[in-house]
Amino acid sequence: MELICPAGTPSSLRAAVDAGADAIYCGFRNETNARNFPGLNFSPEELADGVAYAHRKGVKVLVAINTFPRAGAIELWRRAVGDALGAGADALILCDIGLMSYAAERYPAARLHVSVQAAAANADAIRFYMERFNAKRVVLPRVLSVSEIAAIVREAGCEVEVFVFGGLCVMAEGRCSLSSYATGLSPNMNGVCSPASHVAYEEKGGAVVSRLGDFTINKFGKEEPAAYPTLCKGRFRTEISTGYIFEDPVSLDAATLLPSLRKAGVTALKIEGRQRSRAYIENVVRSFREALAALENEQPISERMLEAISEGQSNTLGAYRKTWR
Amino acid sequence: MTISHTPAGAFPPLITLALRPLPLLPLQLFLSAVLRRILGQHPRMFERLGPYAGRSYGLAPSDLPFAFVLHTASTAPTITVVRSLPPGLDARISGPFSALIGMANGNYDGDALFFSRTIVVEGDIEAVLALRNAVDDADLNILHEGAALLGPLRQFGEILLTRRKSRPAPDGGEGPSRSDRSVRSWN
Repeated sequence: MELICPAGTPSSLRAAVDAGADAIYCGFRNETNARNFPGLNFSPEELADGVAYAHRKGVKVLVAINTFPRAGAIELWRRAVGDALGAGADALILCDIGLMSYAAERYPAARLHVSVQAAAANADAIRFYMERFNAKRVVLPRVLSVSEIAAIVREAGCEVEVFVFGGLCVMAEGRCSLSSYATGLSPNMNGVCSPASHVAYEEKGGAVVSRLGDFTINKFGKEEPAAYPTLCKGRFRTEISTGYIFEDPVSLDAATLLPSLRKAGVTALKIEGRQRSRAYIENVVRSFREALAALENEQPISERMLEAISEGQSNTLGAYRKTWR
Repeated sequence: MTISHTPAGAFPPLITLALRPLPLLPLQLFLSAVLRRILGQHPRMFERLGPYAGRSYGLAPSDLPFAFVLHTASTAPTITVVRSLPPGLDARISGPFSALIGMANGNYDGDALFFSRTIVVEGDIEAVLALRNAVDDADLNILHEGAALLGPLRQFGEILLTRRKSRPAPDGGEGPSRSDRSVRSWN
């Protein structure tokens, strides 16, 4: 299985390559990219340099153009397609069917991957992308169990990429409106979930209160691990109880499921975190490279290696094991 | 470069106490020289700040009796040593000195330090993210740059400063490499 690793900066890209990635995914410094955060991402020139560095070391570069174009502004997204291919990208990760249609027609030799943002979660949907746009791979949404993934691999006949580490969304990606509700900006259209422009932290007597727009998201006690200020991971008081009513602040870590994912026919393993530092990227990539080596040598895979750098400092297998069912 | 899996260590209170009466001017001159040296080697570092260039950041080591104000004007960034942070800054980042310096050096992940409550960030969070990402991309080694200015005392300075850093992760050496057998060509 290939190891697909994030990069938010040229320096992170080099760190991921050197740590053992098989491919890097990254994006441009604008709203065509679902990680459109301040100080992050690549100019076309930086991307070309990054691709050259990766290719020298036998590593591929995939460019995520994974937001939905705004009406009347399609040119920005189309230019991103041309710029990515011009820089030597090995594949484009797209979610919008209009943009996918444009890329397939204008650049028929380009390799297209269906982004997790497209939320293609069944064989029929995936086959549509394959047949209409010649898509070669689908990145599955993080809502499927391992047995459901195995069924999709069997039925769709498409390369399948799944997330194995990093932040989780409670919704099917591309269909969440919580950030829009709270701030007017969303990852799907603007590339930012719970944008930093609307985030405030306040420390009071050792406790930290996090706010997003007009909402108080959480209050962390003195020794309590903190989490991102997203509505989905907020702690709320209801008539029944006080707690995380949507989702606990934990990160996905599916390292121990690598044998099952391989058996299911998964082609590639994806690490989330383009917004994280090169220290995070190097450590997670190195850890999963070791896990893959252990898998290959039929040795046990280490557990809970990355809790210290995980959101809430704890991990979950997420939907891969739907224990709530 | 490795991230520690343990929280960054703090200076003992005795050292903090001993540093309190010292004048700030020598440190100010030294840090300004370090910043000039870093900018000389990474002249485009603050380009990543984009619209956030010109913001002012307060950096407050919780285990030292002074703090720093970083002005990121694109033409001439400056760093100033102060006894305590003044009001009116765009953003403030506080935590143990080793955490702040380790984050700038790329040894620690800023989000992980936030999750573990090792650092506290306040103010304009967009500006904080922009600075964090700009510095992370520059691939700095601030301790090395600072020690390089010490001349004959360089080795002593590096030892003194680096011993404050937490131990590296157990897998600090070269990790396993890609298995070429597992990578298929797409063409």
